[in-house]
Amino acid sequence: METLFDHHRPGQAGCRLLDEALPTTSDAIPAPLRRAALPPLAEVSEPEVVRHYTRLSRQNLAVDTAFYPLGSCTMKHNPRVNEQAAALPGLAALHPHCAPPLAQGAMRLMVELEQMLSEITGMAATTLQPAAGAHGELAAMSIVRAHFEGRGERRTTVLVPDSAHGTNPASARMAGFSVEEIPSTASGTIDLDALRDHLGPDTAAMMVTNPNTLGLFEGEIDRIADLLHEVGALLYMDGANLNAILGKVRPGEIGFDLVHLNLHKTFSTPHGGGGPGAGPVAVRGDLAPLLPGPRPVVGDDGTMEWQQPSHSIGRLLASHGNFGVLVRAYCYLRSLGAAGVVRVSEQAVLNANYLRHRIGDALPLAYDAPFLHECVLTASELKRTTGCTAFDVAKGLIDCGIHPPTIYFPLIAKEALMVEPTETESRATLEAAAAAFREVVRLAHEDPETLHAAPHTTPLAHLDDTRAARNPILVEPLAAADHD
Amino acid sequence: MNVPEGIKYTKEHEWCRKEEDGTVTMGITDYAQDSLGDVVYVELPAVGEEYESGSELAEVESTKATAPVYSPVTGKVVAVNELVEQRPERVNESPFDEGWLVRMEMAVPSQYSKLLTAESYRVHLESEEG
Repeated sequence: METLFDHHRPGQAGCRLLDEALPTTSDAIPAPLRRAALPPLAEVSEPEVVRHYTRLSRQNLAVDTAFYPLGSCTMKHNPRVNEQAAALPGLAALHPHCAPPLAQGAMRLMVELEQMLSEITGMAATTLQPAAGAHGELAAMSIVRAHFEGRGERRTTVLVPDSAHGTNPASARMAGFSVEEIPSTASGTIDLDALRDHLGPDTAAMMVTNPNTLGLFEGEIDRIADLLHEVGALLYMDGANLNAILGKVRPGEIGFDLVHLNLHKTFSTPHGGGGPGAGPVAVRGDLAPLLPGPRPVVGDDGTMEWQQPSHSIGRLLASHGNFGVLVRAYCYLRSLGAAGVVRVSEQAVLNANYLRHRIGDALPLAYDAPFLHECVLTASELKRTTGCTAFDVAKGLIDCGIHPPTIYFPLIAKEALMVEPTETESRATLEAAAAAFREVVRLAHEDPETLHAAPHTTPLAHLDDTRAARNPILVEPLAAADHD
Repeated sequence: MNVPEGIKYTKEHEWCRKEEDGTVTMGITDYAQDSLGDVVYVELPAVGEEYESGSELAEVESTKATAPVYSPVTGKVVAVNELVEQRPERVNESPFDEGWLVRMEMAVPSQYSKLLTAESYRVHLESEEG
């Protein structure tokens, strides 16, 4: 892979530094901390820098360049009007510590977004503070903990289904709970008998993703809620898959006590590779005083002010969340309107089912049950008959110009390929994607060696991810720079 | 799948072998290593730690997933296989021999006979594959 140092030529520069503008070494800096030689930076011209990074960006397979059915991640199209709104100078350049009288518009946007999210989730109040999904999970589990501490109850256990995102048990542990795993039935949903066995006076909460990571709606969620509430425990929803039920089902109306949302999945915003995100938490009325703070509220005279909830678990983030993501979610919801929001989930479910139908027998479902916005296919049979695995299929899809689906998750599915086409994909795109899946499976049968060696069309061909994990090379030596 | 006779198994795909000195050696089965794919990291317990049967004893990480390894018996860790910490690929290449994970002193020696025989583990594998 070419680096900027491959373009290094001593004496080249992209800009002229005036000698008098350069600071001189100050005696205030102790001698051992002073640099003995110039740093080994690449000396390159501005056009070379521009071309280098443009070339790198073109090697990226992204949602703006390719079909990107990365299950569980919901790689949504981000309407460009969101970007225009987020880039408005009054919002983009606003200092997070700006005095409230000078930030009334931004604060009103936050209050209104909180209200819209509360309405969508059927909850009483929402905090926008958590910076990502897992941060929202931690916020929710901290609220659960504070809830029971406030009542003088000692509850130590959180229940998590074996189909859950790995962040669920991690968040519960970080909030101080021990975790017990609840198995799924052969049909891929929570095993109620196993749940009954695990329930007790030490149960604080259960974390349920609905629809779950197999894309299946937990149809007995009301029964699950009753079982939890009978022992005094809370039911939390991981809202990672809310885009499947948006405008159709309100978590607060099917027994959930609190829920986190991934704004960057369900309400647009480009994401991946660690951010940016937003993981608001919505709660039922009696949990609202525990929310993180300060929260934006409308004062008696109609102006916005910051207020700390009476029994707040405290601040979870410097400033007030990833504000740019909040602006995009606000803009997304306002431009869709209530009717548009319903169409999002309808179209997401339709697209996933259409794609699955068109892929057909090439790759069967891991759990053969009606699914919503994503489906988990299995390459188990393919592996048995051809030796080609889900990994091989994923790599083969890259050669077809498609970003691979999520693979080997959830762990309960064997040779899993988790496919989530978002709601904005056209029928033509879905047809082409289905044809690509079928083509890769055909290749597995006819020429497995070629598929094992995929991808063939990328800047770097088939990478040895095993060797990379066993012997990671974490430092790239800056060999090319020459500063004589 | 290789399922050697004369040793015991669990439904979670661990194997367990009784040594002459009464301790037991355990690891993951051929099926387990095949399902996980290339093992890239193994986390082993400390010698001297005590574990209940069914509790998480070790962790095996592959390019696909990180899987818990459960203790087949209740007892104390008397040795761990440092070779697989340096060369995790031995778990793939030799799961029943050089790729062993932990040696334990059983607190309840009668637990060993209650583990699955090779024959019943084979039946279990067929039902998992079914």
